[in-house]
Amino acid sequence: MDSNSVVSWPRMPENINGFGLKQNQSEEVHVLAVDDSTVDRKVIEHLLKVLACKVTAVDSGLRALQLLGLLDEQKIPSETNGFVGLKVDLIITDYCMPGMTGYELLKRIKESSTFKETPVVIMSSENVLPRIDRCLEEGAEDFIVKPVKLSDVKRLKDYMTTKEVRGELSQEEREGINKRKLLDTSDVSPSSPPSISSSPLPSSLSSVIDSPIRRLKMTNTD
Amino acid sequence: MLGLGADLLWADMNRLLAFLFHQGVLDEQFLQLQQLQDETSPNFVSEVVNIYFHESEKLLRNLRALLMEKEFSDYKKMGIHLNQFVGSSSSIGAKRVRNVCVAFRAATEQNNRAGCLRALEMLEHEYCYLKNKLHELFQVK
Repeated sequence: MDSNSVVSWPRMPENINGFGLKQNQSEEVHVLAVDDSTVDRKVIEHLLKVLACKVTAVDSGLRALQLLGLLDEQKIPSETNGFVGLKVDLIITDYCMPGMTGYELLKRIKESSTFKETPVVIMSSENVLPRIDRCLEEGAEDFIVKPVKLSDVKRLKDYMTTKEVRGELSQEEREGINKRKLLDTSDVSPSSPPSISSSPLPSSLSSVIDSPIRRLKMTNTD
Repeated sequence: MLGLGADLLWADMNRLLAFLFHQGVLDEQFLQLQQLQDETSPNFVSEVVNIYFHESEKLLRNLRALLMEKEFSDYKKMGIHLNQFVGSSSSIGAKRVRNVCVAFRAATEQNNRAGCLRALEMLEHEYCYLKNKLHELFQVK
């Protein structure tokens, strides 16, 4: 019988069962969503729930790191560190956040030993190609331009469940696929097209839609 | 059984929605949110919209307070508020409000105080209009 030390109990699967705690359901995908906007958190949370994902939504990179047990003071196990072994299948984070940006969070996750294999997806309202490239190079699995739609999240779910396949691909192949995925968003049609056509965009928006990805996204939804 | 009254109300709502789309007040992202609403989450859209109203009114108060300062010069802070406003407006499909925020943001980048004041007036007006229309929409439901 293990010692009654508080430090050891959350870590071993046999301890979890022994204490009568339910093991994490391996069928249910658990997503950690990070966004400082309350509106966006509510929307992304709902989108993921609609796709039967378990969601934990936090409002900052710091809170995300805390949850993952990756804050500096948590590197040494302590009584308060109950989150070692937290099962997270995907992390989706906003890019522009006060304090720690999504990019910085991405780097911290990829540097960790516990979560470096966990796919990280970046969301941003600005589709700046150098930013997208930088995130992909740092190991981001995908990049979603806001506002986030159901089709975006559906696409994420698809490759979350083929973890084994992803693991066999080389880093280069993965990046190639991700970039194609970004350009392919125009091929993913919405579940039902809007019955009302939207009015033409004012010219003030033209600089925003200059990037090819945004142009493709707009074309798709016309 | 749905009576004639309910059918008329339904037609009214669709007409109002169609009008708002035609005017560019709302875009397809609003439809996207509506599609996410179902029996398990029957109030999803109004919940999101209420969060949006709450956040927006805070942002508008902050923007006005910043601009009314005697020794105003914090364009950067205004820009940060506007980034948030652009983001949340785009997330609920509030197209016209979003566009005014973008123009407002441009004025802050140019340190153009007069332009900012004009943009704030326009933003408050657009936001009020949107809020009234959305309240109408939810009442009909």
